[in-house]
Amino acid sequence: MTIFGDVARWFADPAHWQGSHGIPVRVLEHLELSGLAVAIALVIAVPVALYLGHTGRGGFIAINLANIGRALPSLALIGLGLAIAIPLGLGLGFWPTMFALVPLAIPPIMTNTFVAIREVDRDVVDAARGMGLKESEILGTIEIPLGLPLMLGGIGTAAVNVVATATLGAIVAGGALGRFIVDGLALQEYDQLVAGALLVALLAILTEVAFAALARASAPPGMTVSP
Amino acid sequence: MTPGEPLIRWDWIASHAGEISLRIGEHLELTVIAVVVGLVIAFGLAFVALRLPALSAPITGTAGILYTIPSLALFAFLVPHTGLSVLTAEIGLVSYTLLILIRNIISGIRGVPSDVRDAALGMGYTPQQILWRIELPLALAVIFAGIRVATITTIGLVTVTALIGQGGLGYFILLGIQLFFSTPLLVGALGSITFAVVADGALVLVQRALTPWTRLR
Amino acid sequence: MAESRGATVEFRSVTKRYGDTIAVDRLSFTVPAGRICVLVGPSGCGKTTSLRMVNRLIEPTSGEILIDGQNVLAEDPTQLRRRIGYVIQQTGLFPHQTVADNIATVPRLLGWPKERIQLRVDELMKLIGLDPGRMRRRYPAQLSGGERQRVGVARAMAAEPPLMLMDEPFAAVDPIVRERLQNEFLRLQRAQGITVIFVTHDIDEAIKLGDRVAVMRLGHLVQYAPPGELLARPADDFVAKFVGSDRGLKRLSLLTVGGVELAPLDRAKLDGAPVLSPSMSLRDALAVMLSSEAQEATVMEGDRYLGALTLQQIGRMLRVDEPA
Repeated sequence: MTIFGDVARWFADPAHWQGSHGIPVRVLEHLELSGLAVAIALVIAVPVALYLGHTGRGGFIAINLANIGRALPSLALIGLGLAIAIPLGLGLGFWPTMFALVPLAIPPIMTNTFVAIREVDRDVVDAARGMGLKESEILGTIEIPLGLPLMLGGIGTAAVNVVATATLGAIVAGGALGRFIVDGLALQEYDQLVAGALLVALLAILTEVAFAALARASAPPGMTVSP
Repeated sequence: MTPGEPLIRWDWIASHAGEISLRIGEHLELTVIAVVVGLVIAFGLAFVALRLPALSAPITGTAGILYTIPSLALFAFLVPHTGLSVLTAEIGLVSYTLLILIRNIISGIRGVPSDVRDAALGMGYTPQQILWRIELPLALAVIFAGIRVATITTIGLVTVTALIGQGGLGYFILLGIQLFFSTPLLVGALGSITFAVVADGALVLVQRALTPWTRLR
Repeated sequence: MAESRGATVEFRSVTKRYGDTIAVDRLSFTVPAGRICVLVGPSGCGKTTSLRMVNRLIEPTSGEILIDGQNVLAEDPTQLRRRIGYVIQQTGLFPHQTVADNIATVPRLLGWPKERIQLRVDELMKLIGLDPGRMRRRYPAQLSGGERQRVGVARAMAAEPPLMLMDEPFAAVDPIVRERLQNEFLRLQRAQGITVIFVTHDIDEAIKLGDRVAVMRLGHLVQYAPPGELLARPADDFVAKFVGSDRGLKRLSLLTVGGVELAPLDRAKLDGAPVLSPSMSLRDALAVMLSSEAQEATVMEGDRYLGALTLQQIGRMLRVDEPA
């Protein structure tokens, strides 16, 4: 009767660890989906944010993007992904979810990267310029190293959001860990439902912890990490 | 999404006007309850954290974990206990408001200049009077910033509760996905975004009315 | 009316310890009613700690502080603080309240009726030179630094306290405004007869404002004396250094021409000699004489000759005693 016992039994069942519907495959699918989405968002957002941050232009857009991003309902993004993927003939599952995740990941990366570069002490940049460093050298040797913890913070936020929303991919017939939850809900199999929720929660928390550690480790010696 | 189908079928919207307004009401209700209950709990926990600094880290840490757990997973944890109900939806939605609200209440109150607090104490305010007449009013701007973020986030998350039988405008999004039908999808998505923008604007106006001293010169 | 308003404050062997460090060590002195006592010394000397023990923002470790014979430690701190005015350097004005509401703070806490509060606010605003009609509804952020300090002083005086505590109230404004605020404050204090304990690190301010100056160092009271005596007879090398090598000149500003035993008039030298009034400070007199290159000046009150003042006489006043 207790749900904890049921969930424990579900995890103990070897059948749930094997084959294309098993836990390892679902975890890999989740990581693949999330990893690729964050990577694409990085490629799009970081160069733009570095340029804007270094030149000090477009601050208003870069900052407000984060607020706009928050107002986008994640379920609507999945719908949007579907609306893009179907006409392109990319089918269900992976690509509709991907189209939802990338726009979700861009705002926090963009905003944090912009702020990270802008917040580097202007006197330090001025001194570097005065000593004859090229603009690209200022960016590469001063602004990025000093701003890295904050940039990684933004990437971490994006990654956690992406891991969370990738779960919703299951409602457009995607794989990943959301499958257990959506199937558990549809079939009223609460052991599968809660087990899936545990796996997703664990993955999200691990992502958060990993990026927090990374941000801390990336602080140049002599600087304390901003939380 | 079906070839030959227009992006928006106005006749569908017209024939579903009643249901749409019903769902808007539901969306509003879910959001307001979540933010109000979230505020009450957040104030309680923030005061505890301010009074007992040793508990500050555990409180914000727990709220942080709740915030990190994906919404669907959190709802999934609750369903076996509270079913596909409004209660399940609200417990989840409230959990997501806590981190932002607690953090802003604490930093708002800690941000009150120490000379102001010192002067109040020196003139004979009791600690209670300092909290209610000095610290809270002065923290209002920061607290409101938290309420705005919490509200916008909640409005977006309400759509996810469609998966547990609630959802407000999220119901139409899910319907659109299941039927491959773009009209309800757009009604749900654009409706939710519009709602968020309007709510944010309204909160800004309320904040301005409550804190006239913050917009001088 | 003024004389009876102020309270007498007595420190009796007041000590404040933080762990092993002694912030204030057996401090004893009495501030007479209606007078300004300035606590002065380098930072960390314990002057602010001493001040904050009077309204119990800091609790003494031992000793007692009496206001009109009553031990402050026997009173409820909140009630005590409402009877004592309190002014600090950063003003501590409430940013979310208007000037009028700020000034009305303590009267409201004491439950004065509305009409009385409003009358008192208007009265105080006029007293500090702010037009109530124009300024009442302003917020602190809309005021200049000098205006903010004035409002801070008015707020502290609102409930007619017999005692005011002031912690470097004029330190954050520029020198010209500071001078004006000091003069206004002196006038106000004399008119209202309030006792004031005033903390500053600026010896010039202490000499200008204090009826008594308490020089503190490392938690000890080194000397407690009227400013003239402090300048004339510093208790030790520390006080002598602290009041400055120009203490003779400083002292001249405390003495008036009328207070000097004047020389008899020599009619022959009268022509072209500068004319001084007896209420002038010796420092100003010296300036007048030096700038007109005169050895001697005529002192007149109205059209009556009182005598002559010579540079030699001023020079004698400058040669103050060396520390014992």
